[in-house]
Amino acid sequence: MDVLLEMKGIEKIYPNGVVANQGVDFSVAPGEIHALVGENGAGKTTLMKILFGLEQPEGGTITYKGKPLHIASPHVAIANGIGMVHQHFMLVPSLSIAENVVLGLEPKRGLSFDWKTAVSQTEELAARYNLPVNPTARVQDIPVGMRQKVEILKALMRGAELLVLDEPTAVLTPQETTELFAALKKLKSQGHTIIFISHKLREVKEISDRVTVMRAGRLIGVTDTATATERDISRMMVGRDVVLHVDKPPTTPGDAVLRVEGVRYVADTGKEVVKGVSFEVRAGEVLGIAGVEGNGQRELVEILTGLRKPSAGRVIAAGKNVTGKDCRAVRQAGVGHIPEDRMTHGVAGLGTIEENLIADRYDSKALNPRFLLSLKSVSELGKKLVKEFDIRTQSPKTPVKMLSGGNIQKVVVAREFSANPKLIVANQPTRGVDVGATEFIHKKLLENCAEGAGVLLISADLNEVMSLSHRLAVMYGGEIVAVFPNADEVTEEELGLYMLGVKRMKLAAGSEAS
Amino acid sequence: MSEMLQAIFSTSFAYSVLRVTTPLLFAALGGLVSDLAGVINIGLEGMMLAGAFAGVVVSAFTHSAFLGLVAAVASGVLMALILGYFSLKLKTDIILAGIALNLFASGGTVFLLYLVAHDKGVSTSLASKVLPQVTIPILDKIPVLGPIFSGHNVLVYVAMIAAVVVWYYLYRTPAGLRLRAVGENPNAADSVGISVHRVQFTALIISGILSGFGGAHLSMGYVSWFARDMTAGRGFIGLAAEALGGRTPVGTVLASVFFGIADALSNYLQSLSIPSEFIQAVPYALTVIALAVYARQQTRKRARLAKLSQNPEKKAA
Ligand SMILES: Nc1ncnc2c1ncn2[C@@H]1O[C@H](COP(=O)(O)OP(=O)(O)OP(=O)(O)O)[C@@H](O)[C@H]1O
Ligand SMILES: [Mg+2]
Repeated sequence: MDVLLEMKGIEKIYPNGVVANQGVDFSVAPGEIHALVGENGAGKTTLMKILFGLEQPEGGTITYKGKPLHIASPHVAIANGIGMVHQHFMLVPSLSIAENVVLGLEPKRGLSFDWKTAVSQTEELAARYNLPVNPTARVQDIPVGMRQKVEILKALMRGAELLVLDEPTAVLTPQETTELFAALKKLKSQGHTIIFISHKLREVKEISDRVTVMRAGRLIGVTDTATATERDISRMMVGRDVVLHVDKPPTTPGDAVLRVEGVRYVADTGKEVVKGVSFEVRAGEVLGIAGVEGNGQRELVEILTGLRKPSAGRVIAAGKNVTGKDCRAVRQAGVGHIPEDRMTHGVAGLGTIEENLIADRYDSKALNPRFLLSLKSVSELGKKLVKEFDIRTQSPKTPVKMLSGGNIQKVVVAREFSANPKLIVANQPTRGVDVGATEFIHKKLLENCAEGAGVLLISADLNEVMSLSHRLAVMYGGEIVAVFPNADEVTEEELGLYMLGVKRMKLAAGSEAS
Repeated sequence: MSEMLQAIFSTSFAYSVLRVTTPLLFAALGGLVSDLAGVINIGLEGMMLAGAFAGVVVSAFTHSAFLGLVAAVASGVLMALILGYFSLKLKTDIILAGIALNLFASGGTVFLLYLVAHDKGVSTSLASKVLPQVTIPILDKIPVLGPIFSGHNVLVYVAMIAAVVVWYYLYRTPAGLRLRAVGENPNAADSVGISVHRVQFTALIISGILSGFGGAHLSMGYVSWFARDMTAGRGFIGLAAEALGGRTPVGTVLASVFFGIADALSNYLQSLSIPSEFIQAVPYALTVIALAVYARQQTRKRARLAKLSQNPEKKAA
């Protein structure tokens, strides 16, 4: 078979001693879509950063288009037609799409920046690759799916023939994912080669021609996608069988642990983003809220957990009125929170695992037997939780920033679940988390629920909300537009119609979802 | 009192507003460029002071106002390079580096002043030059406008031109686009191969050039001497003007003029029998008040928007 890119015996040891790649061989054929999968921390991003010149390997060779290539910096990669769309977007929010696309390659007229040409270049590119965008819109005003397109256009603008997409779908809605895949297929048909990283095996099956699996820094194997099942791939990734579909136990819900009454929120811009939402979560049940991102879920969650003050309405958690109270008061009422963005609201990156685990209880009697914090108790607690929640680390004293995404999420989950909350607000709890860790987090959520906690699960991943929730609600345009008392009776298609605002139920005001 | 008002509504008052606005405008524009590139320049004050000093000394020794001006700008740039070296290259905190630069400029100029002029206060023993005044041919014949806009020293006009050039640079050139991108998301700029360091260094150097002009205006514009700490907080007022102006060129110009009026006013009020220390505090007090009013308005605006969109609910209830 033809080979476009051949990476051989790649070794990468980070300065802190983490061996991220160990003799990895990776090859890509021209014109294929090649999936790269593996658990969190397997070394996928590292391998791609080496390919893009962002990291230098300790050993190994790279052959590109039949010639050895030393990729000292992203310049070299870009000059050779290698483009990368990063896990975290690299865009300038206040600039327009066109300006972002041409940044660094600005067209000029005399001394001036040639705005018209920038717009027309962007339009041409967008049309050629079927990635429709409005070049004059500002990046800060466009949804995530569109931003992704801008990132891809940016790479194509620089003449990328080999395009690396690092977890491009982690932040996309199902519809946006479908669009992205259509665009990727088009790119492929025009001769581009794509490396695609994802934790969602369904997507891998759908889009890729071949799959390379990595585990713990090593290459495990390469297979043709067509001949492998999701189960096969996940077994290669984790080294054991993974339960891909959870069975939630039936439940007889108790009293309400969360009552939300007519909550409204008006953003600084004057736009009302939460428009009178009311619902209840009862002890021992999971209420799922499905919805395309950006329909008020984030604001709602932040109001429920004390990160934002509502403009109107009441929030009653575990029998206490916590409307407009701060995080601490909300937590003391017994609310746990798994935030959507773990790096901002979930952990302090520079702090150690231990420190992050005690962030909500550093002042508790158990940790402060006399005047001072007992470091011994802290490290005992750290060891216990690291073990119980299977946080993969060399030591509980490792700074959280050094962990992979999935393991950072486990730190958050460990802290929140071990506080014995009466209510858990879980917002996208498994975003960017590998299949093994996802399975684990789902199991823990249901365990806590069976022990009597109420769970409010917000997720853009339809699979996740549908399989975990007892009851389901759909949020659209800042409102709850549908409620299904029995989550098992809904189909994905039907949910989709509500999520897109095509359909809506007539719900009695004030008694929505209760 | 009526004499006072007459004085304020006179063309000579407007003329003096332009004069005192000029150094503030230079500082504010310098602050704007570096701020938009993501490097807050606390060292404007020190850069101006160095410029003011170098201008006087070099013009005294070379007998050339032009060479003095060149030296003023060069020393502004030198100070910017020092700030850049410490904050960008050695990664010290830019605020601390800026403060250190100001202290260094304040002490260093007095020290050098003593060496060259044998005086720790003013440089009157040096025969330094004054920058030429410019009479604008047709304009100076027009009543009102003529006396206000004509006959300033050359840097007043340079400042006006600089405001336009800075706007053009920031918003109409590829370099300006890159500068703003670097200030907002350095990772994004980096990922497309723009050198963040180089852009930020450039921004600091531009800041240094503008501060150098501002300093030269103070010591060679209307007077021909340097006095210790003669910038008297103008670098900081410039920063305030830039913030008050919402980090835009037009806003920065307007805010600078506002502070210029306050400054000119305090000069005029000195003819009244109010303690002069009190009057000298006026521009600074106005700076604080203006910033507070601005912040308050922003909060109010937000609250009003919030109320507005809550009204539909009240109607429905
Ligand atoms: N800059 C860094 N310094 C030190 N260690 C790092 C650094 N970046 C990554 N690592 C470590 O290297 C290992 C591989 O990380 P990498 O980001 O390549 O994993 P990944 O396969 O992309 O995981 P994920 O699916 O979570 O994105 C992890 O153990 C991680 O903690
Ligand atoms: Mg990764």
